Amino acid sequence: MIAGVQLFCRLMMTAIRGQMQYRGAFLLMVLGSFLTSMVQAIGIWALFDRFGNLGIWSVAHVAFLYGTINIVFASVDITARGFDTFGSSLIRTGQFDRVLVRPASTVILVAAREVALHKLGQLLQGILVLIYALVALDIDWTLGRLALYIFAVSSMYAFFYAIQIVRATMSFWTIETLEILNTISHGGMETAQYPMSIYKESFTNFFTYVVPLACVAYFPIVGVLDMPDPLGSTLLTQSLAPLAGFVFFAVCLSFWFFGMKRYQSTGS
Amino acid sequence: MPQILVEGLSKTFRIAERKAGLLGAFGGLIRRQYRSVDALRDVSFSIAEGELVGYIGPNGAGKSTTIKILSGILVPSTGRCEVNGRIPWKQRREHVASIGVVFGQRTQLWWDLPVIESFDLLRDIYRVPSSVYERRRDELIEMLDLNRLLDTPVRQLSLGQRVRCDIAAALLHEPKILFLDEPTIGLDAVSQLNVRAFIKQLSREQKVTVLLTTHDLDDIEALCDRILVLSDGRLLMDGSIGDLRQRYGDGRYVAIELESFTTVTPEHENLVVERSESHILFSVESDVPSFIDDVLGHYPVKDLLITHPPIERVVATMYEAEKIER
Repeated sequence: MIAGVQLFCRLMMTAIRGQMQYRGAFLLMVLGSFLTSMVQAIGIWALFDRFGNLGIWSVAHVAFLYGTINIVFASVDITARGFDTFGSSLIRTGQFDRVLVRPASTVILVAAREVALHKLGQLLQGILVLIYALVALDIDWTLGRLALYIFAVSSMYAFFYAIQIVRATMSFWTIETLEILNTISHGGMETAQYPMSIYKESFTNFFTYVVPLACVAYFPIVGVLDMPDPLGSTLLTQSLAPLAGFVFFAVCLSFWFFGMKRYQSTGS
Repeated sequence: MPQILVEGLSKTFRIAERKAGLLGAFGGLIRRQYRSVDALRDVSFSIAEGELVGYIGPNGAGKSTTIKILSGILVPSTGRCEVNGRIPWKQRREHVASIGVVFGQRTQLWWDLPVIESFDLLRDIYRVPSSVYERRRDELIEMLDLNRLLDTPVRQLSLGQRVRCDIAAALLHEPKILFLDEPTIGLDAVSQLNVRAFIKQLSREQKVTVLLTTHDLDDIEALCDRILVLSDGRLLMDGSIGDLRQRYGDGRYVAIELESFTTVTPEHENLVVERSESHILFSVESDVPSFIDDVLGHYPVKDLLITHPPIERVVATMYEAEKIER
């Protein structure tokens, strides 16, 4: 396990060094991703400014959820790049052969192949929004709340990472891009940026029981912010909900290993 | 127990068919048609420790598929396959730690990194202890003459240099088995000779078991005591080059140099392989001595040479014969 983490870091550093060879392009991309996501955040702020709060959710409350989600999603984008480009760069070309002849976990080897450093701009935006929320809300950070927040963030990370793994796994069956899965990854991110209670019940149920998005984001964050929940969750369910993210990750991981057996390679 | 055991191995690929044109592309989204391709059909062989075996066959015969199954990359459809007592695709990580694989067409190194850094990364991936690694690395650098290449990024290497680096990379963890998939393809004559000499040395001095696929029959003649011939997924032959000649190329080539231009007699016409102003090359299947008598009687012979037909010829004859049989 420790050796695996070491190898992961070593390969990541190699990938970062490879990218740094093109420094100018890198800086422009970071700036671009920062500006795009900043414009988005300002758009949301403008809406709130005009129409007021979302029920009991003030701008600052939503910003807390929004900033957290964006930080997690950007972190996943940065570190799951190898899975993101898996179909096009490893399957289509048969380069996955090269991964399979190495005596290390395929998950580590694929994940650490590439780093999407240009998504640092989105990460920065998330951090700024979160700082704004923290200043505006003045949350009473008890040990329990802090623990729940960390638990929720790591579970969100596992959740969104798992979706990237599923997307990559699909390319063992088809190398056509599967836009439908983007509705869960990017669509999921945008859904989770707002409190679940504003959506229709069927929608909320789907994102709780089928794809446990609400379990990793909305419920624990409601717990951290100590807000009443129209959906009826209690502090106990809010604290346990993030477990679903790790279960989801485990399920997706076994799907990956199942898919690997289907790998057909390409002619030499 | 042989080191490599393959029994009744078959592999069928399912290939999605797409009709041409835009309409075909949309059709593929709704309903897919699959076509089955049998890449390997009931192939069996075994290889003992230290053998150097050549694996030949026309394009699409299933050579690479076999190598990929033996390397744990592909899962066969049916059949048994064990390497060092392990099932490659089931115990993948333990298995690949004990073998080396080189794909001549595809590098295993990191494209943007200097060669030496790729080597260092492989040390970490294979968890080779530092002392072992340093000794082995220096030995390979010496044997393959890589000293001047070490600081060059892989993308800037020539093909010959790259293949040498790839071979070294596949051996850093001291595997006892080496799979080479077309290691000399596209190399110039000098690089080919270098690679061959190295493989020979490796096999002889370090007793590494080598399975080598190739289209280049010079590789086979120079290296292999034993060949496996595959065609259309079936194993046609398992034996030595001598066996191959005996079965498909038992005749001799008789080349004569003429004193002066002479026409070929009608009964010899279908034996001519090549002819020029002053030379005729015959391919003779049987009773070479009486043919020689005949030739000496009919033509003004200045010089005469009897040889084995070139191996290319033998293999071409064999592929032809198999096609007719089917």
